[in-house]
Amino acid sequence: MAKNQTVKFKNKPVIIGSYSIVGPKEGQGNFGEYFDYVMKSDSFGEKTYEKAERKMIQHAIIGAIEKAKIKPTDVDLLLAGDLLNQIISSSYAARDFNFSYLGLFGACSTMAESLAVGASLVDGKLFDHVVCSTASHFSTAERQFRFPLELGNQRPPTAQWTVTGAGACVLAPKGHGPRITMATFGRVVDYGINDVNDMGAAMAPAAMDTLLCHFRDSNTTPDDYDLIVTGDLGKLGSEILIDLMEDQGIKLGLNYNDCGQMYYTRKQATLSGGSGCGCSATVLNSFIMKKLRDGSYKKVLFAPTGALLSTTATQQGDTIPGVCHAIVIESGEE
Amino acid sequence: MDEKKRNEAYNKYVNAKIPKTRPWPSLFNSFWIGGLICCLGQGINDLLLLWFPNMAEQTAWTYTLIALIFLASFLTGIGVYDRIGKFAGGGTIVPITGFSNSITSPALEFKHEGIIYGLCVKMFTIAGPVIVIGIVSSILVGLVYLFI
Repeated sequence: MAKNQTVKFKNKPVIIGSYSIVGPKEGQGNFGEYFDYVMKSDSFGEKTYEKAERKMIQHAIIGAIEKAKIKPTDVDLLLAGDLLNQIISSSYAARDFNFSYLGLFGACSTMAESLAVGASLVDGKLFDHVVCSTASHFSTAERQFRFPLELGNQRPPTAQWTVTGAGACVLAPKGHGPRITMATFGRVVDYGINDVNDMGAAMAPAAMDTLLCHFRDSNTTPDDYDLIVTGDLGKLGSEILIDLMEDQGIKLGLNYNDCGQMYYTRKQATLSGGSGCGCSATVLNSFIMKKLRDGSYKKVLFAPTGALLSTTATQQGDTIPGVCHAIVIESGEE
Repeated sequence: MDEKKRNEAYNKYVNAKIPKTRPWPSLFNSFWIGGLICCLGQGINDLLLLWFPNMAEQTAWTYTLIALIFLASFLTGIGVYDRIGKFAGGGTIVPITGFSNSITSPALEFKHEGIIYGLCVKMFTIAGPVIVIGIVSSILVGLVYLFI
């Protein structure tokens, strides 16, 4: 008998404020008009890109707190994570705030991970206001995982473009806004892919695993949702997920899409699409939240995936494990 | 084992699904841009010999290399070389300009970590293997020459 991985929240924590900040390239992408703030340059006035990423998280956290109409002193806990080694962007950003902090690492699934953990804590009435945040930056990710920016190399067609952006939102036990009703905590899944330029294929099985668990545990079908969205599987990865789900007898229809695949315009030539923690985080905290608030979407299944690799492990010949966490967000009061 | 079979089947499925790069356009672009760089080198060499008739051919070669290395390094610095490289692929990697780019780009990238631990240490992260393999193979060739 398969284990239940899904938590149903009794009190349904409310997302009372959300904020997104992105780089100039992202601002010109398909979601450009929905973001709260578009930076004029990738460096955000800082000397290094790492410092810029940190500042982006801080900016997003402050923005979300302001939009939630609460004071920074009302915040009890910050849950945040990013892609850099030792999640420095989140921890160093948290240094300047005066609230408790838990660092999370779920790679590109961090937004869902933080929301799932945050919603559990708020639902259990352990905390009143929890801020969930994550960020990624193209230039910091490139140099940690790939090559220097100015190296004249070519990317394979499966490669994706790390989104420069940060998202944050504030959870509270009551208030106005979309509510988190369920969370499915994913397992680590590895189907033996070792190509670091093909993250979509490495993470698709994790997405399948979590989605299957979710539909089974919650007794729902894809048709129950207005939107089912994965994080950064990209064009190839989302096609693979559709195939994998079909093999399991579940058809993902037109209400399924992938943030990474939708992120950039065709003209921006990002090959398989966007990726990174910021990819799903900025889409959730701009476009999806807006649609939930104005009632165009009633029920959204948000299931970003993360590739839990490090350059050391892949260089030692290991394959790429993936994870996917899913949360259900429903619009407004019942 | 079940899992091994599953992974093999999945890898096979993914490999069939991956969009393939079209070799002919890539080859064409790398050929003509690589060729253009070689022509540029030859041009510099010829001009040097024309302007300084007393210069030894060997010296002219050295100056040509220095000019090409500088040019590539400069173009890397102003953020142009990677754009050419994206288009030309092997055409900009194979000539000495590619070597120059592979040293300048990490140097630029890691200068914020300090002169010693950043710039000097990381400078050879990409070009290092080329130097090591170059030296090792020259030792091997030297050994062969010693015995014949």
